[in-house]
Amino acid sequence: MDNATLRPPLNRVSRTAIWYWTTRAALGWLFLAAVQVVWLVLDDGDRAVHVAALAATVVAAVAHVAVMPQWRYRVHRWEATPAAVFTRSGWFKQEWRIAPVSRIQTVDSRRGPLEQLFRLANVTVTTASAAGPLKVDGLDRDTAQRLVAELTANAQATAGDAT
Amino acid sequence: MTATPVETDWRRLSPRMLVIHPFQEVVRAAPALIGLLFAGSSSGGEGHLWSLVGVGIMVLFGMLRWFTTTYRITAEHVQVRKGLLNRKVVTVPRDRVRTVDVTSHILHRLLGLARVEVGTGMSDRKRGGELKLDALSVAEAARLRVELLHRSPVADTPPEDIAATGVPAVVAGAPGADETELAVLRPQWIRYGPFTLSGLVAVGVIAGFLSRLASEGNVDLGQVGPVRETWRWLSAAALPLAVATVVLVLALFVGVASTIGYLLAFWNFRLTRHRGGTLHVTRGLVTTRATTVEERRLRGVEVSEPLLLRAVRGARLIAITTGLRVGQGAQRGGSMLLPPAPKAEAEAVAVRVLRGAGDPSPVTVPLTTHGSAAVRRRFTRAFGVHAAVTAVLLYCWLWSDLPSWPGLTMVALLPLTALMAADRARNLGHTLASGYLVSRTGSLVRRRVVLECDGIIGWNVERSFFQRRAGLVTLTATTAAGRQGYRVQDVALAEALRIAAAGSPGLLDPFLAGGDAVPAAEGQVRR
Repeated sequence: MDNATLRPPLNRVSRTAIWYWTTRAALGWLFLAAVQVVWLVLDDGDRAVHVAALAATVVAAVAHVAVMPQWRYRVHRWEATPAAVFTRSGWFKQEWRIAPVSRIQTVDSRRGPLEQLFRLANVTVTTASAAGPLKVDGLDRDTAQRLVAELTANAQATAGDAT
Repeated sequence: MTATPVETDWRRLSPRMLVIHPFQEVVRAAPALIGLLFAGSSSGGEGHLWSLVGVGIMVLFGMLRWFTTTYRITAEHVQVRKGLLNRKVVTVPRDRVRTVDVTSHILHRLLGLARVEVGTGMSDRKRGGELKLDALSVAEAARLRVELLHRSPVADTPPEDIAATGVPAVVAGAPGADETELAVLRPQWIRYGPFTLSGLVAVGVIAGFLSRLASEGNVDLGQVGPVRETWRWLSAAALPLAVATVVLVLALFVGVASTIGYLLAFWNFRLTRHRGGTLHVTRGLVTTRATTVEERRLRGVEVSEPLLLRAVRGARLIAITTGLRVGQGAQRGGSMLLPPAPKAEAEAVAVRVLRGAGDPSPVTVPLTTHGSAAVRRRFTRAFGVHAAVTAVLLYCWLWSDLPSWPGLTMVALLPLTALMAADRARNLGHTLASGYLVSRTGSLVRRRVVLECDGIIGWNVERSFFQRRAGLVTLTATTAAGRQGYRVQDVALAEALRIAAAGSPGLLDPFLAGGDAVPAAEGQVRR
């Protein structure tokens, strides 16, 4: 199996997630830019350096906000079978994670303020290893609830302390 | 000790702790107190008075701790009650007890006391739910250890069964008949002491002590005779001579301190296996430490060779266990299975600890190399970091007032970076042997990880943009033990999938595509 590869997980996340990621990234950049503007106004040193730094920030921000959400949406996928959970995430750096359902310890679903705004939720599946939580971002609420219910039911069917 | 009755009464720590607490606080406050002696009342020592009051308060709190701390062991739980205003009960289910650590510092030993720490896996880091009893009498501590870990002579009894039968049979704690010896410190191993660099810690401690003495005790070090003399001599000598002298003296000091450190930490080192299914490590010259690890929590071992130790063919052996996190402060020493010793000895002990571990032995089996792409990546990464640092230093030299020598030194160090990259590339390797995943990485500290496949929870396959172009991935086997995840760095994707599929049979099959992998059946897949 020299040319073996992992196929992408079956399910995409909600399309709304693109807007969620865009907003989240934009807010972060806005904060950085605001700090720089305040500094520019208060500090009466070399204006040119400040302006150049601000311009660099704006260029980086536009590039990031334009590229990252689309790219992330294309990469981020998930799948849950009765035996295993399989996710792919990231954009510039991508990561596949596979964990057997028998080793699941907790299944959490969280909705932050931004996620509530876009009516999204994320699901985090943790195992006994601190290195291996599987996170699915940007699911619509119904799918998230269904996934949690399904995983919880599957995980309960197996015994042991999952270490 | 044949049968232990169900104990439900709350027990206290040893009353001898009432002597230890004041003493410990006085030692901790020593720099301030010495400063008080030096400075006297001439410099208006109100600050010192306050620090004396502080010491008094700490002593009082220490004593209160004895009065407020009680513990008990029931059929299902170990409980500790503590706190004065903020009463708190820490409860740990007995089947979650993974390790017991018994430590005696010098004062404890004089008074026949021992501190007991109970390791419980995940709860260690979160919520601070660790169980620490400071301190019990030595006999009591030994009894507690046996009670907590040697519940049943059958090592693989699931915890549910023990809970169901109430109080399990306690294996007699007498050493000898039940124990087999796996390793004992040989005096000639002390020659590895200077290469451990543990003496650097001593340098740090002394420097810290001196700086506290200088700041809290108002002692001006420049006025102390020998210091002033040395400084004068060094300033008079030629620069190369002065540098060489300082380096030589420091190296000598670190070497001697490291050897002393080795003796203090590992004298009387002994690793034994108890018939009740535990590994038992005892060590220490002044401070004695005894760690007991349940064998069914052992997921593998790590042979680690820091560069200096590798140069003299030495190695250490570290356990990969659930409940003991590698490199976590006080727990750090707890997972040590063999102190720096000849590498052949470390490998032999590893095989004994893993009960033979099959043939070919995963501890010594030759490893699969990662190929030319991985080698190139080691070099590009090393040179990339080197170039970035050099560029920043040269930029600072050109555009601000940094002297030129840091940048020039970096340029001169380029061959060293190349050597390190070559060594890192040479050390990369992995294989699967006899049900163990083996992975080797690193140069400054080369580690060979031998991880039981049954202990692997899941797999992460990680690929950066640059790795993707080189056709490589980093495979991480996640586990509940040790570092929580063990990496096979920069391996070809197909090889990574082959390892993961062989390490966890069946887990990956539905998700593979291409090659001769079975395509995902429609029924298995959720839509």
